[in-house]
Amino acid sequence: MTATKPKAIRRLGDVIFANLAFFAGVSILATLATVAAFLFVQSIPAFTGPEIAAAEDGFWNYVFPFVFGTVYASIIALIIATPLAIGIALYISHFANRRFAQLLGYAVDLLAAIPSVVYGLWGILVLAPFLNPTFMWLNENLGWIPFFAGQVSATGRTMLTVGIVLAIMVLPIMAALIREVFLQTPRLHEEAALALGATRWEMIKMAVLPFGRTGIISAAMLGLGRSLGETMAVAMVLSPTAVINFAVLTSSNSNTIAANIALQFPEAGGNYSNLLIATGLVLFAITMVVNMIARWIISRRAEFSGAN
Amino acid sequence: MKNILKLGAVAAVGTLVLAGCAANEQTAEPTSGGATSETAVVETLSGTLNGSGASSMAAGQEAWIAAFQIANPGVTVNYDPTGSGTGRAQFFEGATSFTGSDSYFKDEELAGVFPSCVAETLPWEFPIWISPIAVIFNLDGISSLNMDGATVAGIFAGEITMWNDAAIAAANPGVTLPELSITAVHRSDESGTSKNFTDYLAAVAPDVWTVGAIEAWPAEYGGEGGQGTSGVVSAVTGGNGTIGYADASRAGDLGTVAVKVGSDYVAYSAEAAAAVVDASPLIEGRESFDLATKIDRNTTASGAYPIVLVSYLMGCNDYLDDEQAVLVRAWASFLVSEEGQQAAATSAGNAPISAALRAKAQAIIDAIQ
Repeated sequence: MTATKPKAIRRLGDVIFANLAFFAGVSILATLATVAAFLFVQSIPAFTGPEIAAAEDGFWNYVFPFVFGTVYASIIALIIATPLAIGIALYISHFANRRFAQLLGYAVDLLAAIPSVVYGLWGILVLAPFLNPTFMWLNENLGWIPFFAGQVSATGRTMLTVGIVLAIMVLPIMAALIREVFLQTPRLHEEAALALGATRWEMIKMAVLPFGRTGIISAAMLGLGRSLGETMAVAMVLSPTAVINFAVLTSSNSNTIAANIALQFPEAGGNYSNLLIATGLVLFAITMVVNMIARWIISRRAEFSGAN
Repeated sequence: MKNILKLGAVAAVGTLVLAGCAANEQTAEPTSGGATSETAVVETLSGTLNGSGASSMAAGQEAWIAAFQIANPGVTVNYDPTGSGTGRAQFFEGATSFTGSDSYFKDEELAGVFPSCVAETLPWEFPIWISPIAVIFNLDGISSLNMDGATVAGIFAGEITMWNDAAIAAANPGVTLPELSITAVHRSDESGTSKNFTDYLAAVAPDVWTVGAIEAWPAEYGGEGGQGTSGVVSAVTGGNGTIGYADASRAGDLGTVAVKVGSDYVAYSAEAAAAVVDASPLIEGRESFDLATKIDRNTTASGAYPIVLVSYLMGCNDYLDDEQAVLVRAWASFLVSEEGQQAAATSAGNAPISAALRAKAQAIIDAIQ
């Protein structure tokens, strides 16, 4: 019984701050739970109520083209955006001189500040007519590839245009995240590579990219999350039909879940609105699965990342 | 101090006049007040009037509200363009005093209860908003084409795919049609415009357009979708060889189709749109204050343009709240008046209702209690 354990003094400020932090943390879970509960409860009448004309072949037949469209548009966006984002991040972090890199960084961040409705307007008024001749050319010369087959849209408001618009929208967040990760590359790794006689490209291949791999995956998943849920730009740009179509240059494109809700909800009555909310629940589930896969990939890759 | 007294006096007079009006109504002799008190009432109207409904007439409602509130500074009118279905639902809940709707009351709706109205009384309705739907197209150097209903239906059903198709050429002698594929643009959102347009197609060409009047475009008919009127217009404008349908006020410089009515081809115009409403029969079995009209898409009346969207104004015949009755009477009278219809037409480009329809609507309005 010599000395009692020193007791931590709990000051008022500590208590307040600890509680504030606790509530901030819990509020995320609470919000998520409320949204999930809302989607779930509001979906039920779509299955129990009278039959809905739009979904006469059953709910899954109704929602599947939209699930396909959502995933397809996002994948196209990622295929375009990921290499671009890596390139931008590498240029800013390792190639450009400091002042220009800073300027470029600001410019990329500015892209993120443009509202999606503006991207939508730009998409239909500028990008779609601009791309249309290219689409015609692709169809004529590469039409044997199923993706470029079919009757080319006369207005350019196709899946590929939507993919490009989405790619531009997710680019800033991806580029910013990847740039931050690349900047974290340990100096020693880089200098060691250079000292062994590596060129700059070899140094990037050996030191920067392996280190940044998890960062690139996280960025891609963040971009995917954003493009899965993007509503306004898709609703404005895409010419939708309730079909599954792999061709990216035609007028018949699978709509995305979010855009379909935005288009149909204002005039939906009765349990048709519940049906739309049920499709929202499906989107919620897809986003969750995507995030879980991303977590899993990151945790599996962590040991190879070179960060340790 | 003097100002405050003045204000109080005005308010007091206003209350008296309003009370007098309410007393008149109980005796069911609205004319006994005489001309002088009628004008006094109009000058001192005050209160709030809430309505909601069709978004098709939102632009017109804005123009009406602005003009009406300038004439009656004490009155606030709110119109929430929620869509027709939601608007009617809110009226049934008693949340609004009037509603605007792209479709008239269904029979089962009339069998329900109306919380704003005195029990056992039915609501009135009459067409307030007539809007021609233009069939617009984008072809170099061609500003007008003639088509019969079957041709329009064939194009939008994906059966006629080339501009130099024999059916189009036959109706347009002297016009050189390009060898170009047709891109038919439709609404990707659900809309009353689609419903009225396809109602026309289903009525005039039932063997070509087999799906009836629909709001959501059937996938098997293909074509291209655009969001809202603006989406369709921009898609038609941006493409070459495109054709679509949109509110006529938005046709702009695009080419438009004159459709076959009887043996003539009629281009859209305000008069032609109002004419088809007058030439169409009322729904049978409705009360005298229910001007629900079945638009006769197959009309052969000369100079009538059958592709129109008609929206109704609806309200109670007998309001529980008598002050609302006073406000609705003044508001609805303004809407049907030549001045009101012209105000909407100037800002929204719809077709003013005809004098005959105005007289019938005014008779209904005068009976509101």
